[in-house]
Amino acid sequence: MKILYPFVAVLGLIVIAAVGSSIGMEALFGIVFPYLALLIFIGGFINKVVGWAKSPVPFRIPTTCGQANSLPWIKQDMLDCPSTTPGVIGRMVLEIFLFRSLFRNTQADVYDGPKLRYGSSKYLWLFALLFHYSFLVILVRHLRLFADPIPFFVNILEFADGFLQIGAPHIYQSDLVIIGAIALLFLRRILLTNVRYISLPADYFPLFLIFAIAVTGMLMRYVTRVDVVNIKTLAVGLATFKPVIAGDLGMMFYIHIFLVSTLLVYFPFSKLMHLGGVFMSPTRNLANNSRMVRHINPWNDPNLKPHSYASYEDEYREFMVDAGIPVDKELPAETPAAEEA
Amino acid sequence: MANMKVGELGVSVAREPSLMTGAVPSKDWWDVPAVFKPGNFCYPAKPEMVEYHSKSLPGKFGESRVWDPQSDDWKLPENWKEIIINGLKERLDKFRSLKIFMDCCVRCGACADKCHFFLGTGDPKNMPVLRAELMRSIYRNEFTKAGKILGKLAGAREMTFGVLKEWFMYFYQCTECRRCSVFCPYGIDTAEITMMARELLHLVGVGTNWILEPAANSNRTGNHMGLQPHTLKENMEYLCDDIESITGIKITPSWNRKGAEILIINPSADVFAEPGIYTCMGYLLLFEHIGLDYTFSTYASEGGNFGSFTNNELMKRLNAKMYAEAKRLGVKWILGGECGHMWRVLHQYMDTMNGPADFLEMPKSPLTGTVFENAASTKMVHLTEFTADLIRHGKLKIDPSRNNHRRVTYHDSCNPARAMGLLDEPRYVLKNVVNSFHEMPENTIRESTFCCGSGTGLNTGEIMDLRMRAGLPRANAVQYVKDKHDVNTLSCICAIDRATLTALVDFWVPGTQVCGVSELVGNALVMDGEKERESGLRFEPLEGMEG
Repeated sequence: MKILYPFVAVLGLIVIAAVGSSIGMEALFGIVFPYLALLIFIGGFINKVVGWAKSPVPFRIPTTCGQANSLPWIKQDMLDCPSTTPGVIGRMVLEIFLFRSLFRNTQADVYDGPKLRYGSSKYLWLFALLFHYSFLVILVRHLRLFADPIPFFVNILEFADGFLQIGAPHIYQSDLVIIGAIALLFLRRILLTNVRYISLPADYFPLFLIFAIAVTGMLMRYVTRVDVVNIKTLAVGLATFKPVIAGDLGMMFYIHIFLVSTLLVYFPFSKLMHLGGVFMSPTRNLANNSRMVRHINPWNDPNLKPHSYASYEDEYREFMVDAGIPVDKELPAETPAAEEA
Repeated sequence: MANMKVGELGVSVAREPSLMTGAVPSKDWWDVPAVFKPGNFCYPAKPEMVEYHSKSLPGKFGESRVWDPQSDDWKLPENWKEIIINGLKERLDKFRSLKIFMDCCVRCGACADKCHFFLGTGDPKNMPVLRAELMRSIYRNEFTKAGKILGKLAGAREMTFGVLKEWFMYFYQCTECRRCSVFCPYGIDTAEITMMARELLHLVGVGTNWILEPAANSNRTGNHMGLQPHTLKENMEYLCDDIESITGIKITPSWNRKGAEILIINPSADVFAEPGIYTCMGYLLLFEHIGLDYTFSTYASEGGNFGSFTNNELMKRLNAKMYAEAKRLGVKWILGGECGHMWRVLHQYMDTMNGPADFLEMPKSPLTGTVFENAASTKMVHLTEFTADLIRHGKLKIDPSRNNHRRVTYHDSCNPARAMGLLDEPRYVLKNVVNSFHEMPENTIRESTFCCGSGTGLNTGEIMDLRMRAGLPRANAVQYVKDKHDVNTLSCICAIDRATLTALVDFWVPGTQVCGVSELVGNALVMDGEKERESGLRFEPLEGMEG
């Protein structure tokens, strides 16, 4: 069920777009939905990030993954345990661009003894890196459709991506990589018992959805050979707020763009928001300098005081005097009251 | 349960069907109820403990009552769900960490096999991701649109008594060690989630006695053992007598002395319980050796903060004593002993909660002149930093051969390692005071260190089976260096470790001793005017002196 429901949901989306676009609702799928989706995406994304930002970071709680800034002759691990802002930036760059934490991953086994064994396990890191980077490349490549003239970096990227010049039109490596990476991530999710057990429909849905987006995109480019000029007219129109549907764009295009719209809408309400969250995680984006610099907690209650020394001494004064421990108030001539304050 | 045998437990860890051994449960995790039976839960707090804390922090500890986790009636307040949900909302608004950690998990599973509780029990709900999902599912249901609309498909579920039971069971099978956080691509820290869950549980009066009673003791007597001032002093005198018979040196530490330069705060267990007392003897020898102007305090006689296992308010209240006492005594700065949670609270929370410590001076070693810039604001220095600096400047006369009967390895205590980054200082000290030092395997030390399995108030006898399972990864690494290098001593810088690792290695790696780093320092120190030492601080014969 956990896999079937999201699979059926994505199939359903495809059917909706196919039917909708072929009964004369091209403008709805080609113009209205994309705008609506983008609006929801941007609004939802901002809303979520602002929602996070509204909650304060009362305490400085970085996870220290290396030697801290300490005595001058002890070498600090500046990137895994930064104590300055440049260090934090370095740590975040490694985390965001190279998935540093995943690179550390190990896998544990238990066997008779009982003994435990830990092996390096970098394939999640590799699959994730392949997936995210190919996604990024494809996203940037799409600027070709929305911008006129085409920005120079898009042309460079496109050239590099099609560098192998296989087929005509050239097959982009990123297309193959993303399909492969999604397949590997999916296989990992169903083949590893631990990961299968923790997976929710909400984990399979985006995988199927992105897979379908990639496949429809590739079908358009390599198989059905849509009219790119017409698509570019619409895309530039969308970008300049003067959208027109000029001619037949083909069913595959409408399916593709509807799935993308769905992804945009789904994004801010789902785990995909890790895109925004990774920047804001207090265990990673803070300098480990809380003994050096005072940090302010806006809701700290200054009136919350400890059990006072005076009442402590009141309770134990006699014992303290007997034991020769200095006291603030000497014993009275009579038996003192030993009351808890 | 407490009587299980090593062999039986070993076999069940490696062969019993569990997610760790490859057996997948037939039901989804949300359909597997938490079942309490003798040995798998910590005893509930005594009503008088709840009442005691409620006096100073009304509402934070719920209704005091006698209740039994095994029964189906926990005598919860009628509006308990409302209290939990409102409490969760309040905490989401107070902690960005909680909000981010509720939203960002992609269930990649990188954390799954990192938790010592999971490695030892194979229970899926001990995978950090699922431990967090126990709370996340409620969060989605109450606070997210997707959860409200899609329900179970989005991983949302209602807060029920069954969920509360899971919370009690699994948030007390987490020692907040943060190992999972090291491996998480978003730094999701289960310790944060566990801390919040425990706060919420306390709101409806679901707490454990082994936390609330030490916390009450700390509040009233100054230390978690409940030692009264004269008892503390007396016991320290016994330790000094032992030091005198071993070294011939008479030490008379001062208590509550105004005008001393430095206030020493150490875990109170070091004054009273084996093997902490030997660590304490190490402190005393060191301070005497360098002629430090210091005082102990009876009022602030506890480093460990049991409040941090309940809620922020109690943590703050207990922690506040340190500065209050430093101010009253007029010391220049504070030196903190070998204690784990004490240092987590000190490093991450103290200045924020109870600072600024502007009545103290910038810590400066009176011997070496080193200014501890990394403690510029809290004005608290870790004893291991302090000792490392002394050794570096040649201020200590050391004879490491006195530790030749010890083949030593070092356990990075979770809190100093993963919440402070104190990794190289203890190693530097050890390499100078012992001749035989061997590291455990690399995936089990430094930031990847394994918890003792009994931190955050879980070092109680009624869950011995769980503790031994949870400590297995640590014990296993000790076994490795024992087999390979004949290691017989596991050193550490945490009082809970000293207490719980002793039980752990007795069980899994018998013949191994557990000690604080300072014990080894004390053993190696060549004191002025001392007699020839024939035994170590435990009265164990030194090599060549076996008689």
